[in-house]
Order: sequence, then structure tokens, then C-alpha cells
Amino acid sequence: MYAVEMVNIVKRFPGVLANDHVTLRVKKGSIHAIVGENGAGKSTLMNQLYGLYHPDEGEIFIDGKKVVIKGPRDAIKEGIGMVHQHFMLVDTLTVAENVVLGSEPKKGLNFDLKRARKEVMELSEKYGLTVDVDAKVEDISVGMQQRVEIIKTLYRGANIIILDEPTAVLTPQEVEELFAIMRKLKSDGKTILFISHKLHEVMEISDRVTVMRLGKVTGELETSQTNPKEIARYMVGRDVVLTVTKEFHEPKDTVFEVKNLVVKDNRGLVAVNDVSFEVKRGEIVGIAGVAGNGQTELVEAITGLRKIESGHMYFEGKDVTGFTPRQLREQGMAHIPEDRLKHGLIKEFEAYYNVILGGHYKTLFTNGPFLNHNKIFEYTKQLMEEFDVRPRRIEHLGGNFSGGNQQKLVVGREINTNPKFLVVAQPTRGLDVGAIEFIHKQILKMRERDVGILLISMELEEIFSLSDRILVMYEGEIMGEVRPEETTVEEVGMMMTGHRLEEARRG
Amino acid sequence: MRIVEAIFLVFINPLFYKIALTAATPLIFASLGGVYSEITGVVNIALEGIMLLGAFTSVVFTWLTGNVWIGVLMAVVSGVALAWLHAWGSIKWAGNQVVLGTALILIAQGITGFLMEPIFGKPGQTDFVGKVEEIKIPGIAEIPFIGKVIGEISPFVYMAFAAVAFSWWLIYKTNLGLRMRSVGENPEAADTLGINVYGIRYFGVLMSGVWAGLAGAYLSVGEVGLFKELMSGGRGFIALAAMILGKYNPVGALLASLLFGASTAFANQMQSSSLIHVSDTVKPLFDMIPFILTIIVVAGFVGKSRPPKADGVPYEKGA
Ligand SMILES: Nc1ncnc2c1ncn2[C@@H]1O[C@H](COP(=O)(O)OP(=O)(O)OP(=O)(O)O)[C@@H](O)[C@H]1O
Ligand SMILES: [Mg+2]
Repeated sequence: MYAVEMVNIVKRFPGVLANDHVTLRVKKGSIHAIVGENGAGKSTLMNQLYGLYHPDEGEIFIDGKKVVIKGPRDAIKEGIGMVHQHFMLVDTLTVAENVVLGSEPKKGLNFDLKRARKEVMELSEKYGLTVDVDAKVEDISVGMQQRVEIIKTLYRGANIIILDEPTAVLTPQEVEELFAIMRKLKSDGKTILFISHKLHEVMEISDRVTVMRLGKVTGELETSQTNPKEIARYMVGRDVVLTVTKEFHEPKDTVFEVKNLVVKDNRGLVAVNDVSFEVKRGEIVGIAGVAGNGQTELVEAITGLRKIESGHMYFEGKDVTGFTPRQLREQGMAHIPEDRLKHGLIKEFEAYYNVILGGHYKTLFTNGPFLNHNKIFEYTKQLMEEFDVRPRRIEHLGGNFSGGNQQKLVVGREINTNPKFLVVAQPTRGLDVGAIEFIHKQILKMRERDVGILLISMELEEIFSLSDRILVMYEGEIMGEVRPEETTVEEVGMMMTGHRLEEARRG
Repeated sequence: MRIVEAIFLVFINPLFYKIALTAATPLIFASLGGVYSEITGVVNIALEGIMLLGAFTSVVFTWLTGNVWIGVLMAVVSGVALAWLHAWGSIKWAGNQVVLGTALILIAQGITGFLMEPIFGKPGQTDFVGKVEEIKIPGIAEIPFIGKVIGEISPFVYMAFAAVAFSWWLIYKTNLGLRMRSVGENPEAADTLGINVYGIRYFGVLMSGVWAGLAGAYLSVGEVGLFKELMSGGRGFIALAAMILGKYNPVGALLASLLFGASTAFANQMQSSSLIHVSDTVKPLFDMIPFILTIIVVAGFVGKSRPPKADGVPYEKGA
């Protein structure tokens, strides 16, 4: 018995065939994973199931019955719920209000907040989805926001729950919690569609896997009878190196240094507390830590986006404290930000404007006071070729690229500025295995060209495989510095939860 | 020291408070209009034009029918009509809301100016056509001081306070209000929950026509009983400032409107103070006080008062 059948779905966007006769069958009560490269068409397929897009061709069956889903309202009626890749929450409303929005309980003419709170608390308890019902969404962690999204679907009585890359923004602990919840939902008879780029997650949680590539289904596998290598091969069409190996490379002199840096967060609390470190040419310094321990503020301060309360920054020995982002870029700093939609690119701009941002005034792209569009187009074509951005369409709008391809645009732009010092935050968040391999290789290539690199990542694996030195951050302070070959994941894990190196060593 | 004494005398004079209330009344209505529109995500600077048209329509229909309340009703109808144009252009066609609003102000000024001759036979100003009577509330009128302030006052003042209470309830206590706020903050999220984003935005904008229309009716048949060209005199913009200062909340907008009303009353009373001599050439400077206050408020508070995140951003659905 299939809960969901999507048969021969075709969906076209201007210049892109996003779904090319895709057929997906999902058994009732199972966890079905969908994997595929960035831009393979996974989100597009799911958006059609949820009624946000409409298929150009093909049919959809729910529990064996043919349905036409005109909009989310129809999808909800069919018992479908969706947690989007980018959360769909109203920041200024409370958790309870967000959950019931659109299907609010009523008492006379009034909105029945009491009942809303009660129902949310009941669902929260039943499935172990811990949330603070009265907190505003803007004040809660990403992990909790995701639980709110799941409760939203359950509140509407969803039997089929779509989770589009739910783990991309979670810490490893939060991922485990999510999996526990998913198992509970499954044992309750719910059907779950799970999209992820992390193959070990797919192996751990799913019953079956559908693999997509360039808008087509390339394979459907029973999870228990496959392995990550095989899945990766179906995805990319070749063998992929799942972890890169780095050659020895002798670091040179110091290119960037911070001394006693203190930075405050948006609420005015100290987020970075007396942090000092240096980065040498040809060296990758990794900053590990659980999200929200001051990494974001540290990066913003270093790149000139946030005010420095006290302390100093030196670029090639020169004091650059208080420099603007443009001044820092002119010194030779580049920045791949953690939130590509907020700081990385402009959704409404075409690819060709997105890739010249920050360098738009340079003679490379101008003709006197005007932009030279011919040069810009040519440059964009080359960049998209070199960094394998898909679709290869220079007029494609920033917001219409898939998440992974947005990232490649930003990475390409920043690397092409030929920096001396590169700040990279969460460079592979939401990327497919092939793209991760590609970006890791790019970062290592920069290192060989003697660029100093500061890498901030929540992925310990990434930190371990790329860094020459690892700094661990906890509550705004550096807990200690270790070399990847001289430490263990456990030791770094201890430091990430607030133990200083000496304590962690003692055990 | 005469200045200090003059200021002191203004503040102990009940007339100051009465003028403050009546000057605040159109601002309360109009800023409420702003709140309805902007919390659903549509910037509405057309308030100024809607007020002007409302003021004109109410005079025309009062003159035609002899009944001021029919005049008031028609002011609301004309306000909704103009607001509908704004909604249609900015929601259906995703037009630039500031440009549209500006165009609507010019249209309102054009229509009212043009129709003066054919309807009333002369430009500039109409004759007195009738006025909504002040109401006297027995019991209150006899109380010292307070009786002099609100004992005998236009019913519009009471209506304004009632409108604020109603709006606060609607926006913060009902399902519709919750949806309005969600649509102004994150229309995409609302859409994924099956909420009709366009419908809610239409409602918000049309309601702004209701309130701004009433504000206009008050200016003409509510206060003076006649229409003068351009008589809204920038109050639509002050109302927007009140809305911002009031953090897009009906009660906040009320308090901010009262502040602006008080500044108008203050300017008015100082000019006629017998203690300080204000020459006629200087008098217009006093009339600028509310506008100067507006600049201070907008410059000083805009950063702190956070507009709805999707305010002014047209919503366009996916394919
Ligand atoms: N609204 C849109 N307009 C134009 N093109 C679009 C739109 N949405 C998606 N696309 C294109 O359709 C293709 C499939 O995109 P989709 O978002 O479904 O990929 P995905 O598999 O979810 O990738 P990722 O893993 O990066 O999220 C991409 O080439 C993308 O650029
Ligand atoms: Mg996707």
C-alpha cells in the first residue's frame, strides 16, 4: 500500500527542466529518503506534492486515490504536511500562534489562545517535541524552530510528513533528537519523506532511498541492501571521495591576527570574550563549537560587519580594527558567509550581478563610471563553468538556484578575488557529496597558494579533515588549541561543552 | 520668565486639553488606517489623499441631502473606493506602493479641486453646509475642569477612542488579526498554511480607507462644516508618523496621535497667549511645531519601531 505515488511528474522552469518524468512511490508507514545533487529537483518535487508548484505533466495519488493539489490548503486536506528547507515561521508571533495559524481554535469571536497553547503542549508531550509555547519564534534556537514546524504539520493532522533537509542546520545532538522523533512518528503509522545530503543519516534512519540526478530518478534502493558509496555513485554518476586528504604544507608568516577581541551580540551581551589567535599564510585554522557560542559574532567582527567593543585586529601586521568590509576586502580579505541568503547573495539579482558584488567598482567590470556588461557576462560564464554552477544560466535569479548552487556562486565569487586571507563559515551546509568534495578541494588549493584560511564549521568531520590547527569555542571563549593529528573527536567534543583543554586531557 | 509663565498657563487651561483632543481625533482615525494597512504588509501613504477626498465627499452629500450623517457615510464609501485603487495596484499588480500612494494623493487633490466649480460654483472654499453637533453628556459637563474638556465635545472624539478599542481587539484577539499580522510579517509562511494572503491584504487596505475616510469627514463636517481645498494639510503624513511612533499598534498610535494633538494645541494656545507678544509674521512658525515634532519622531524612533518585515513588499506566488 502506497501512501504517496507521484507518477511521471514533469516540471519546467525558464531554462530548466527541474523534474523530468519523475516517479516516486512511498510505502505507508515508512521513512523514505530522497537524495540527489544540489539542483537535482528534490525540493521542486516536494513543493508539487504540497501544492506550492503545479506539475506540468504527471499524476499524484494519495493512499491510492488520484488527487489534484491546487494549493497548500488541498495538501493539508489530504493529510500532507511539509517542513521546508527554509523555515516558514512568523518571527514575531509566539510558538503556539505559529502552530495554529490558519486553523486557529475559536471561542466566540475571539482567538482561543488557551486552547491553542493546550493543544500544542499535548502534541509536544506526545512526541517528545520540546518547545516553549509562549516564546516568540525569533528568540528560540533553530532546533526548536524545527520542532515547531513539525508540530505545525501534526496539528493539522498530517499523516504524510515531508522534511526537506531538516538536518542541515542542526547540531549532531539535535539530529539524534530529530531521529528519535521520526522513529516515534513512524511507529505511530505516519509516513515520512526525508531529504538529506548526509548519507550516513540516510543509512541510519530510512527504509528506502530514491536517488535523483539532473531532474531524473537514477535509482531506488532498499537502505539495508546498499551503502553510502553506492548511493553516492547513483547521485553523481561517478565514484566520489567522501573525505579529502591533505598534503603537508609548511605555513609561512602570519597574515591575520586578533588580540583580546571582545564583541557583543544583538542583545548587547558579550558573545566573544577576550579571543586571541593568529592565522599564517598557507594554514587552515578551524574553529569548532556548538552553534551559538559566539562563532557568528566572531566572523561578523572579523569581516567588519559587527562593531568591536575592545581588542585589535591586524592584517599583515597593520592595525585594521574598525575597518569597513570594503576596506578589509581591499587589504585582501574574502568572506564566505554562513547564511548565504542573508549575507551571501541577493535573491532578486541575476547570477551575473551576484558574482561581481563587492568587486563591482573594479576596472575588471567597469567602463569609466558604468558597468561593462559584456565583460561581466563573460566573467560570469567562466566562473559558472569553473565552479560547476547549475543551471549554467547567467540570467538565473539568485533566489532561484538550488541551495547548493547558491553556495557555489558565493564560493566562486570569493575565491576569485584572489584573497590573502579567507574567512569561511559553514562552507558546505546543505551541499551534496560531490559539491562538498569540490569545495574542500578548493579550500585546500587556496592553502597551497599560501592563503591564510579561517574555517568555522559545526561539522567536526570537516574541521578535522581540513584544519592544520583547531580552536574550540565555548560561550565566546577559546577552550584550547589542538592539532587534528594529536587529538580525538571525544577530546574536542569535551571542549565544545565547556571543558578547557587541560581538563579534557585529564578526562 | 514670562515664557515659563505662559507655558504654565497653557497647561492649566482646560481649553488646551480640549483642543488637543479634537486636533488628535483625525490623526487617531488616520493612523489607525495606517496600522490596518501596514500590518498586513502594504505601505499606505495615500492616507493624506483619502482624508481629503473623505472631507470633500462628506460636504457634498451633506449639502445635497441636508443630513450630516449621510455625508459621513459617503466619506467612508469614497475612502474605501480610493483605498481599493491602492489595493488593486499594489496587491494585484504588485506596483510600487509609495509611487501608487503618491499618485492617489495627487488624484484626490485633482478631483476635489476640479469639482469645486461645477458643484459649488466657486473654487477655494465652500459655504457652511452643516456640522455634526457636539454632544453634551449630563453629569460629566458639571464636573469642574474635566467638564470643560470633554463635557461638550464632538461625538467623533468618542468614536475615535471606540475605534481604537475595537481595532486593538480585532488585531490582537481574533483569528483575523493573527492572520493579518502573519501576512505582514511573512506572507510566504502564511501562504503555506493555506491563508489567503491577497484577501487579507485587501481587507487591511480597504479598512484603512474606512478609517482615513472618517478622519476626512471629521475635518470638514465634524469640525468646521465646510470644505477648503487641500484642507487635510499634511495630517495624513503626521498620522503615518504617529503610526510609526506607536509601533504599528492601535493603542500606540492613539497615544502618539494625542502627543501630536497636544503639540498642535500648544502651538495654538501660545500664539494667543496675552503674556508673550507674538507678531503675526512669527505665528506661522508655531504651526510648524507638529511637523518639527514629526521629523524628530521619525528620525529618532524609526530605528526602534520595527515595521512588519514584509511591509511594502508585494507578494508573488510561485508557479
Ligand atoms: N522558482 C524557480 N524558478 C526557476 N528555477 C527554479 C525555481 N526553483 C527551482 N529552480 C531550478 O530547478 C532546479 C531544481 O531545484 P531544486 O530546488 O528542486 O533542487 P534540490 O534538489 O532541492 O537542490 P538542493 O539540494 O540544493 O536543495 C534547479 O536547477 C533550480 O535552479
Ligand atoms: Mg532543495
